[in-house]
Amino acid sequence: MAIDPILARGDLRLTRITKSYGDFKAVDDLTLTIPKGSFFALLGPSGCGKTTTLRMVAGLEEPTVGSIHLGDTDITTTRPYQRPINTVFQNYALFPHLTIFENIAFGLRRRGIKDVKEQVDKVLNLVELPHLAQRKPTQLSGGQQQRIALARAIVNRPALLLLDEPLGALDLKLRRQMQIELKWIQREVGLTFVHVTHDQEEAMTMADTIAVMNEGKIEQMGTPADLYDDPETAFVANFLGQSNLIKGKIDGNDGDSVVINLFGQKISMPKARSHAVDSSLYAGIRPEKFRITRTGSAFRGNTLTGGRVEDVSYIGVSTQYVVAMPWGQELMVFEQNDDGVPPFNKGEEVVISWEPSFTFGLRGDEDIEAGTEVNPEETPE
Amino acid sequence: MSITVPKVRVPYLLLFPGFAFLFTFFILPIVNLAQTSTQSPIAGGDTGQYEQRFAFSNYVNAFLENREQFARSFVYATLATVFALAIAYPLAYAIAFKSGKFKNILLVLVVAPFFTSFLLRTIAWKQILGEEGFLVPTLRNLHLLGQQTTITSTSIAVVAGMTYNFLPFMTLPLYASLERIDPRTIEASGDLYANGLTTFRRVTVPLSLPGVVAGTLLTFIPAAGDYVNAAILGSPNTKMIGNVIESRYFKIVDYPTAAALSFTLMAAILILVTLYIRKAGTEELV
Repeated sequence: MAIDPILARGDLRLTRITKSYGDFKAVDDLTLTIPKGSFFALLGPSGCGKTTTLRMVAGLEEPTVGSIHLGDTDITTTRPYQRPINTVFQNYALFPHLTIFENIAFGLRRRGIKDVKEQVDKVLNLVELPHLAQRKPTQLSGGQQQRIALARAIVNRPALLLLDEPLGALDLKLRRQMQIELKWIQREVGLTFVHVTHDQEEAMTMADTIAVMNEGKIEQMGTPADLYDDPETAFVANFLGQSNLIKGKIDGNDGDSVVINLFGQKISMPKARSHAVDSSLYAGIRPEKFRITRTGSAFRGNTLTGGRVEDVSYIGVSTQYVVAMPWGQELMVFEQNDDGVPPFNKGEEVVISWEPSFTFGLRGDEDIEAGTEVNPEETPE
Repeated sequence: MSITVPKVRVPYLLLFPGFAFLFTFFILPIVNLAQTSTQSPIAGGDTGQYEQRFAFSNYVNAFLENREQFARSFVYATLATVFALAIAYPLAYAIAFKSGKFKNILLVLVVAPFFTSFLLRTIAWKQILGEEGFLVPTLRNLHLLGQQTTITSTSIAVVAGMTYNFLPFMTLPLYASLERIDPRTIEASGDLYANGLTTFRRVTVPLSLPGVVAGTLLTFIPAAGDYVNAAILGSPNTKMIGNVIESRYFKIVDYPTAAALSFTLMAAILILVTLYIRKAGTEELV
């Protein structure tokens, strides 16, 4: 049973997918729709089930429960070679015995296309490596192999292109460059890209929509800005960038705002940004949203007094402070070096202030360490 | 006395034992064999007494007299190689990809025959293929074999014995090259619209070619020079060149002919192997 390539175009829908290995659920009751034409990222630490999800979409694994639809076609049990889906594998999986040209032509030839030259040349030009057509994969650098792996997949114009940690083996500089190129190529060819990565920066740079996965479930889904500005769980708050999470209690309402008591100091935040279920919550503020000032200066809306500078690191574009609060917690503060104010010294007493609308509220029963240790790459910007 | 050895000397020191060994036990004997191959009997001398007369006609005579045995050797060796490949490929494939936790046990089983002597195993085949073995009566009862037909002393027995004896030499290199295939290239092939059979033909087989070449060489070369299987399982009608060389040396004491035949065999194998490797075109893969 082959898939009709016209009908099987459209949104990818995963419905209540579970994949179990014995007692372990790699993917746990996952429902997800990926709109046609989007650049979608599945982001999470290793073991979160993102690669298993991708392999089920590719047809390399079969879900224990649930169904996968592409457009109106059910592809849950379809063999991989019958799906209009192609994958850029981690470490590329190029065929070592074939030339680059034949690697790229492989999918076209299997579909019975005789005259492959024009299409192969076109895609080689797209990835800017036309001069390598007659080489073997082992004669190419990692970055070149990466592009060929991409070319080998997109030459088939699949309904869906899957990328499994495609930039994981490249060095940082090349990775940045490829992120931009991948994004450009996706717009150029107009295909749906589903990208699996553990690198939050990579996901944020490229994807229109990110689904953050943890322990087989989706923690939160949205645009990179949504996820960063208004994370709904501690895992998302910590996995994407850094967060200061301060334990507090909801003290009452004030119009569209809620008033929160943080160790005796009152702050407020928009009601819509609180994801607390009862009166206990964690107030979350990103380190760059804080302003740090000397006592007696102008403050922004919310203030916390009694802080003492514990540590100062000058990073060039910014200065990073660790501020010890009276209740024993250390807060991270990133200050832009743009106001001519001399840096604060270690031991100085300071006031921390921020716009109330930058605050996000998490449930008070959250594990505030969730997602902190799993991300190997910190981004200092 | 300094213990530091100048670095340039180290490789030569490391090579010395190997060179010394090969010089003593390979180069010298082969030079000796070459000398013997052009000797002629001493006029009026005893059996086995020869002198150097540069009689290159020994080669022509030896070849012309034994054309049949030469041809048979290469036909048998080719058949044994083909059968061994046909048996070993699925076996190695199953061990490499489908055996799971039994992989090591199966590999030990492949090598297990080596724990017994080559001669004993070949003699055992005589029993298996003989009148009292289970095979011949069974085939006769099934009317697949005439009541008077036997298997021992036929070319079938010799080829079967060779196939069996060289099977591990085929299986192990095949296994090694199949096992090295990155399973993701197999997945990538499926991802790129190739079904199981096409993937096998287009990806698995080409990537296992180094193993096929190594296995066929390791089987064909010793099989072409083998004489044990023909001696134990065959008859005078299944004589191979190895048997001729053996009898010329030890029974007829015709050293020059035996030496000339040995060199001819070596040259023939060398030419065939070179052509084969050229044809297989796997220099860069091996």
